[in-house]
Amino acid sequence: MIAFLIRRIIQAVGVFLAVGLIAFSMFRFVGDPVNQIVSLDTPYEERVKVRASLGLDDPLPVQILRYLGRAVQGDFGISYQFRQPVSAILAERAPATLELALCATIFALGFGILLGVISALTRGSALAKTLDAVSLIGISLPTFLIGILLIYVFSEKLQWLPSFGRGDVVRIGGWSTGFLTASGLRALVLPSITLGLFQLTLVMRLVRSEMLEVLRTEYIRFARARGLKNRAVYFGHALKNTLIPVITIAGLQLGSVIAFAIITETVFQWPGMGFLFLQAVQNVDIPIMAAYLLLVAAIFVAINLVVDILYSVVDPRLQVATGKAS
Amino acid sequence: MTLKGLTIKGAAFGLAAMLAVLAQPASAVTLRYANQGDLKSLDPYTLNETTTIAHHGHVFEGLTKRDKNLSIIPGLAERWELVEPTRWRFHLRRNVKFSDGTPFNADDVIFSAERVRAPGSNFATRVPADVKVEKVDDYTVDFVTPQPNPILFYQWDSWYIMSKSWAEKNNSVAPTPAAATTPTFASLNAMGTGPYTIESHQPGVKTVFKRNPSYWGKIDGNIDEIVFTPIANDSTRVSALLSGEVDVIEPVPLQDINRVNASQNATVLTGPEVRVIFLGMDQVRDELLNSNVKGKNPFKDKRVREAFFKAIDVEVIKSRVMRNLSSPTAIMVGREFFDLAKDFTREKPDPEAAKKLLAEAGYPNGFEVGMNCPSDRYVNDGDICRAVIGMLARVGVKVNPIIEPKAQYFAKVLKSGGYNTSFYLLGWTVGSGDSHNVLYEIMGCRNDPKTSRGDTNLGGYCNPKLDALTDKVLVETDKAKRDQMIKEAFQIGIDDYGYIPIHQQPLVWGTSKKVKLPQRADNQVRLEWATKE
Repeated sequence: MIAFLIRRIIQAVGVFLAVGLIAFSMFRFVGDPVNQIVSLDTPYEERVKVRASLGLDDPLPVQILRYLGRAVQGDFGISYQFRQPVSAILAERAPATLELALCATIFALGFGILLGVISALTRGSALAKTLDAVSLIGISLPTFLIGILLIYVFSEKLQWLPSFGRGDVVRIGGWSTGFLTASGLRALVLPSITLGLFQLTLVMRLVRSEMLEVLRTEYIRFARARGLKNRAVYFGHALKNTLIPVITIAGLQLGSVIAFAIITETVFQWPGMGFLFLQAVQNVDIPIMAAYLLLVAAIFVAINLVVDILYSVVDPRLQVATGKAS
Repeated sequence: MTLKGLTIKGAAFGLAAMLAVLAQPASAVTLRYANQGDLKSLDPYTLNETTTIAHHGHVFEGLTKRDKNLSIIPGLAERWELVEPTRWRFHLRRNVKFSDGTPFNADDVIFSAERVRAPGSNFATRVPADVKVEKVDDYTVDFVTPQPNPILFYQWDSWYIMSKSWAEKNNSVAPTPAAATTPTFASLNAMGTGPYTIESHQPGVKTVFKRNPSYWGKIDGNIDEIVFTPIANDSTRVSALLSGEVDVIEPVPLQDINRVNASQNATVLTGPEVRVIFLGMDQVRDELLNSNVKGKNPFKDKRVREAFFKAIDVEVIKSRVMRNLSSPTAIMVGREFFDLAKDFTREKPDPEAAKKLLAEAGYPNGFEVGMNCPSDRYVNDGDICRAVIGMLARVGVKVNPIIEPKAQYFAKVLKSGGYNTSFYLLGWTVGSGDSHNVLYEIMGCRNDPKTSRGDTNLGGYCNPKLDALTDKVLVETDKAKRDQMIKEAFQIGIDDYGYIPIHQQPLVWGTSKKVKLPQRADNQVRLEWATKE
């Protein structure tokens, strides 16, 4: 197990280095940050000074090494746009993204499992067919379109829910939460649905197919033969066995929900990390872009690591295959 | 148990809500405002950019101000006079206090004059380095210029006066440079003499302004609290206005104007902006970029430039691209800033003549050239370029479009990118509110490396006669004579076909029907003039 962990950590370092290198070599093509920092009629001499003070005149390898050297010590530099330490800005924006991701995941899992079960149990009926069709729409509509449609219907026409922002937030230590105020909770509804809809349809389709699979297995037939009620068979036995792959997928998807909330956050002006990243791209804010990409890499590495460990815990056969067989 | 807990919590919430209602004075009017851009720094000398300057104008004031029609009016200075040709005397307003209670006097002006031209300031041109600032008494300050300067104070409406004692106390004597590596106190806090104070500021998220109870002047509006949120996404910003979540937005995308006007609770304010959109042509390189003409530069031939001018129909751009909201122009400065602008009429487009001119110049079958164009900087900028490309195709010129986001575009075309363009679209506002700025920056020769003349003349158009006039314009104090010289200079540019002015782009703001707000042509959204029912 320890050897496995060490191997994984070495791999993670490799991943980080690769992400850092690729990111940095791409940044050369996003434009000149100086133009985004000063106004158009700024004299040339002043631009030169700004360039030099940002260290942009050094050759690329020097810039990369300097960045990585500082990043190892936890210093991700200063944002060009906000002139604050990147780590502080990310820490301030993280709660917004994490709360949104949590709500979206809960929404996706809750409704996804429920609808998946319904459509599996009523297979062939009109209801199941409708659910199927709807899920296809959900999986193929782009996120920004869903967001804009929801805003159009629920904010503009019905005026039930806010179209942007987090509402009022309460500060608890370093964490700002929207869970404790009415406006904060209302503000969460539309972005959570937008962000979670894709995962919902994914979970729903997965649950449906797994459920159909499980319902055909022998132990379900035996359960029926024992005279168990439908409810006990479906929810006590079938659903439980359906959930194992669902949990795996949901775990992996949580990572992508956090990492790819960019579009949802932009549509809803949600003050989270994804929106910050998109603004950074527009403003050529290299320190924020680099830190965000590394953070996303970290999230994926961590989740994959946890999933791998869980696998070997849950399914001892995997352990035999790797460790004990030798 | 849980139920009980909930009830208690509910009661507490209810009580808190009641208290909040009670605590609010009945008359407090809150205006919520969303802009596509951020307020990145509260230091008034960090970023010379319209939206930022407008925000700061709620908190700070200059010695002069500009009114709703952009005329210069007294601000912190009651009046000013030219005591000698090179000495401007400013008489300061008495009984003005900063919002922290300290009185305003000549020391603050002298301090601000030093701070605004210190290294790191983005407003260094406001008070040129060779101007001496002398304190005559506590309420009189002299500005001594090395040569007569009639427009010294034209831009002082955005040279905001800061408190000397506040800056010294808060370690903010030096201006926060745009590229500062640590946030300074002044970049996160602001304290001035203006009609509002900053209640809270979360960069990129939300800024709240509160009415300054000790403000010396009267304001036209009735807004007690301004809540500013940046909303970058166009459709979200419009939705926020239509749903009533915000009262004022800037800008409204052109395609959403009808939608906003059709709604029950919002309306669109439009007008010409002082910004002029124009096309520039590379007249310096020996060979154009992205061109099939080798060994020579067609744009060095005036006939080719004239052909380009005649091929482009600005009225079609107005009706097809700008939804009839732009105002085509013949000169390179906004008409609001030049009294004789009305004397100029734009030459009619004439594609046939354009073809003939190209043939005379030796390009009977046209030629190829690349065109650089931003896609997210000006109103419908990318579409204007596409229209221009189509019009030029009709006279046989094949334009290869290079339409990019502003970050990439500006990285190439500006001096710092080596003027890497042969044909481009750019917009320019004379920051000083005076034609000299565009004559010097955009239309001046850029061949003298010792001066900054022509730094933003990306195509390198050059006529020494125009430069000579520009220099005379700078020091001429007689307004009528000066205007004639400016007119002459613009005429030289027109006769040379040095640039192709297209239009003054439209300003498009969205407001709730409950809000009355004057629209200033420099696109500064000034909410001290707003009233809300």
